[in-house]
Amino acid sequence: MTTTAIRVEGIEKSYKDLHVLRGVDFEVASGSIFALLGSNGAGKTTMVKILSTLLKADGGSAAVEGFDVAAESLQVRQSISLTGQFAAVDEVLSGKENLILVAKLRHLKNPGQIADDLLAQFSLTEAGPRKVATYSGGMRRRLDIAMSLIGNPKVIFLDEPTTGLDPEARLEVWQIVKNLARQGTTVLLTTQYLDEAEHLADRIAILHEGRIIANGTLAELKQLLPPAKIEYVEKQPSLEDIFLALVGTGSTAPTGNNESVKDRS
Amino acid sequence: MNTHFFADTSVLLGRSMRHIFRSVDTIITTAITPIALMLLFVYVFGGAIRTDTENYVNYLLPGIMLIAIASGIAYTAVRLFTDMQSGIFERFQSMPIARSSVLWAHVLTSLVANGLSLVIIVLVALLMGFRTSANVLDWLAIAGILALFTLALTWIAIIAGLSAKSVDGAGGFSYPLIFLPFISSAFVPTETMPGPVRWFAENQPVTSIVNTIQDLFAQRPVGGDIWVALAWCLGILVVSYAFATAAYKRQIA
Repeated sequence: MTTTAIRVEGIEKSYKDLHVLRGVDFEVASGSIFALLGSNGAGKTTMVKILSTLLKADGGSAAVEGFDVAAESLQVRQSISLTGQFAAVDEVLSGKENLILVAKLRHLKNPGQIADDLLAQFSLTEAGPRKVATYSGGMRRRLDIAMSLIGNPKVIFLDEPTTGLDPEARLEVWQIVKNLARQGTTVLLTTQYLDEAEHLADRIAILHEGRIIANGTLAELKQLLPPAKIEYVEKQPSLEDIFLALVGTGSTAPTGNNESVKDRS
Repeated sequence: MNTHFFADTSVLLGRSMRHIFRSVDTIITTAITPIALMLLFVYVFGGAIRTDTENYVNYLLPGIMLIAIASGIAYTAVRLFTDMQSGIFERFQSMPIARSSVLWAHVLTSLVANGLSLVIIVLVALLMGFRTSANVLDWLAIAGILALFTLALTWIAIIAGLSAKSVDGAGGFSYPLIFLPFISSAFVPTETMPGPVRWFAENQPVTSIVNTIQDLFAQRPVGGDIWVALAWCLGILVVSYAFATAAYKRQIA
């Protein structure tokens, strides 16, 4: 028995003459990972902004956890967390101060304890007291996602969570996303990387020119194409395999990284 | 109005106050140009200016304070613009907080930061020979007028911060405001100016504010200037607040 966490019906949005979304429909089941796949400018970010109550749609309706994004935006904001395309962290504050800030804004008790727990969970304990301006891209993204987990939102939006990250940091983010879904959080992620959608998502929707042109599990999407031919190809290690083998992952990354590296070889 | 408005605003105020205290240079740079102007006018030009006061620093200080405020609010626009660029603005907006807290925190930060700059300027003026017999009530009145002026200009800065396309645009809007005190009674009495300039100088907001503060410092009766000054400040505040709210609504439409 699955329930629907996100329901989108006929959403339209234009910026002046630019018709970005032309009637988008999809549903996301509770506790699943849903990938919205599309090239740059396909309208993925616009869709996420509408669902996270940052933008108002011109037409259609959308609901998150049963709350209408336009009419019940406060309830929607209580159910969600947004990790935007650019790490939404405060550069001047330390990592710990960033987490405390969000915990306080969510009116939680013991913000300091919440911050320490998350720093430990995301391997940032050592960097916790440092200004975020000194963090690497991967550390920022981890902090960014950690900030989004405060208050245990039921639905998390990740807008291109791995764009601009190096391969190691990318695998770390993948592992975090998988752990989230394992804990029952619904994840909607947008990506322009096909392998990311393939690797993470339970369902994948392809957004193209303002419409969803395909929506299904990976297996369903594969059936849209002619049946696979069997070819014998020598398996060469990809440059990513070589890079990861040489630099050796696992020391700073969250648990389970090596496992996911093996998955891929 | 969200029930968490005050709690959220104070948390966010704490955040931007950290920004200020970790880049103290913004307070110093806000104070340093007005101080340089004060030195220049008192020790270089001052000898040639007749103001009917025996002490030119006393005459000059109110105008210098307004220049400091006009340049200080530019930092508010820049801070708000930076928040919008970095995505942290969107994070706040997507959280269950009182949304207007995000703007009010910046506005209150502007009041505190400008207040600190003004304290530095008054201390330097005292070293340069500024003397006043103003009592506590006069000082409160002066602080009140300056706070109201800061508030009015800060909401203009919020409009700039919300609608700017670049960080230069966010900060640059304040240049005309910085010039207003020069064409007012702040540096020389308006009677010395030619007709149209004098008319402008006597009918723009800065002159009435400067005259009021000069009178309060000198323990003279303030006359009608204080009402004109208050009307200007409140008028600017209401209009800029309305435009800022509209600009804010556009951001989330």
